[in-house]
Amino acid sequence: MEGGQTITLAALSITLLVGLSRAMILFIVTSGLSFVLGVLRVPNVAHGSLYMIGAFAAYSISALFGSGSVGFWLALIFSPLVVALISLIAERSLFCHLYEREHLMLLLFTFALMLILGDLTKIVWGADYRSIMPPSLLQGFVTIFDSPFPKYNLFLLIIGPLVAIGLWLFSTKTKMGKIARAAAVDMEMVGAIGINVSWVFAFAFVLGCLLAGLGGALVSPTISVTLGMDHDIIIEAFLIVTIGGLGNMWGALVGSLIFGITQSFGVLLWPQFAIVFPYLAVVIILTLKPTGLLKSVW
Amino acid sequence: MFGEMIRQKSFGVSLAVFLVLLLAPSFLPRFYIYLLAVIFVTALLAMSLNLCVGHGMLFQFHHGVFYGVGAYTAGLLLAKTSIPWWMAFVAGPLAAAFAGLLIGLFCIRLNKLYFGMLQISLGSLIWAIAFRWYGLTGGDDGIHGIPIPDFIASTTGSYYFVLIVLGICLFLMYLILKSPFGSTLQAIRDNPERCAAVGIHVRHHQLKTIVIATFFGGVAGVLFVVVEGSIFPDLLFWVLSLEIFIMCLLGGWFTFAGPILGAAIIVSLRTFVGTYTEYWTLILGVILILLIFFLPEGIMGYNYRQLFRSRTKYAHDSQME
Repeated sequence: MEGGQTITLAALSITLLVGLSRAMILFIVTSGLSFVLGVLRVPNVAHGSLYMIGAFAAYSISALFGSGSVGFWLALIFSPLVVALISLIAERSLFCHLYEREHLMLLLFTFALMLILGDLTKIVWGADYRSIMPPSLLQGFVTIFDSPFPKYNLFLLIIGPLVAIGLWLFSTKTKMGKIARAAAVDMEMVGAIGINVSWVFAFAFVLGCLLAGLGGALVSPTISVTLGMDHDIIIEAFLIVTIGGLGNMWGALVGSLIFGITQSFGVLLWPQFAIVFPYLAVVIILTLKPTGLLKSVW
Repeated sequence: MFGEMIRQKSFGVSLAVFLVLLLAPSFLPRFYIYLLAVIFVTALLAMSLNLCVGHGMLFQFHHGVFYGVGAYTAGLLLAKTSIPWWMAFVAGPLAAAFAGLLIGLFCIRLNKLYFGMLQISLGSLIWAIAFRWYGLTGGDDGIHGIPIPDFIASTTGSYYFVLIVLGICLFLMYLILKSPFGSTLQAIRDNPERCAAVGIHVRHHQLKTIVIATFFGGVAGVLFVVVEGSIFPDLLFWVLSLEIFIMCLLGGWFTFAGPILGAAIIVSLRTFVGTYTEYWTLILGVILILLIFFLPEGIMGYNYRQLFRSRTKYAHDSQME
């Protein structure tokens, strides 16, 4: 292979773990997109921008508290809330007036939001690269199969399943989650029994965006935070929900795993064109099963 | 068919506009001639997109890719090989149509917005390849100073070339839309289920439309190389695709000439606003929001409000499926 290194079992295992931890980030972001898609039936193009804002906000919050461990944990809590607040404002001031209109108009609105948020991010944070240190607890490496593996990625491997379980509990056990699922299936019926559908939509939209913000905050210590990360993630997220089954949370998980793992093996095999491998997987899956691997929610 | 076309008032108007444009280089400064050429290229691109969007209700969200493929094919052949220029000019649109066929084959299986999502994703793969393959495409720098044949290398020369090709393409598109093929396409837009019921192969028809539209998109890409003499990955980037989508909406996506008007407005705005601020996409976003709220049928479509209402009803019904 091109890398010139012999591929050992240990290298493969580490690659798998790196892929899994990447998949966890993708899952957290994509599950939010998928949730909005399931309830509102609109692919939120601005989702990537909110993810980017989440990462920038995490940088600013942790810098505010002296870039230490405390700053990081506070950033992890507050930057998703900042993103949720932004999405709530956008939803209540403009987006909610469009629910009666064609779906294309809803989609184009999220497009417009992406353009505006992208430039607003540029105005607020500028075009520089930013980086955040993980807290001292999660710095350094652990040794797995005689190879160093970042502790932070291990942390991601724990957070991902926690979010999945939390989302599952929310949508099956709580009243709000049940209403949201019902609205996804039959919005008119939900309205007919006296539930304010507009607020259900608002809630679903904000929750989805909150997950985008959380994903952005979580990814910020592993990459350099910069403009343009919104475009990369939204395209990956679109592909993942398409192969996973639209609006299906478990589909988002399966899709993220496939995407993350093929990507990290791509880096191992052919670094320059690593990006081609997940796309290849997507093409194969969609050829075999055009509607996605799992059942879409509607 | 031709008789009917000539009797229409709009035919006279477009002929007059064409004649004025033919004379334009004699009285306009050089910069405006260049700007007009850019508007023509973009107008052709927007018109080709509107074949899918306005006339076919296919949400072709990443049309810019085919523009880029046309430009890259022609540009690379001109810059790196010694084949005659006209072969490169023909190869561009053909490559774009082939890419359209490949991506279309995957996307056409999905409906409506998901068609668009998948297209954005697959198109971005082509962008990523153009962006990373430094050896061939020059990566994010692109290739500049592509050798253009002498007779169209000057501003005026390229202006006339672009104008004539645009005229031919618009005429061809008009014929396609007036043909039984075009009528069937519009019937599919208004009611796909009924069309399928009377024996039209809906997906097949839509795929043909995509190939035709991407072919014209590729022509626009070649014209871009003629005007600018360079290629770069932004041509394939999906923000550009979105921009041309907005042009169709702005001009009026259920009208024939609407996208031309939209392209003229957006390109002029970008040129003049761009000199004052670097936040062009912010302004574009605000324009889009204003359009969505106040003028969803576009400027030229405004007169057809009643017609639009009946169509949105159909579109809405079919979305409820």
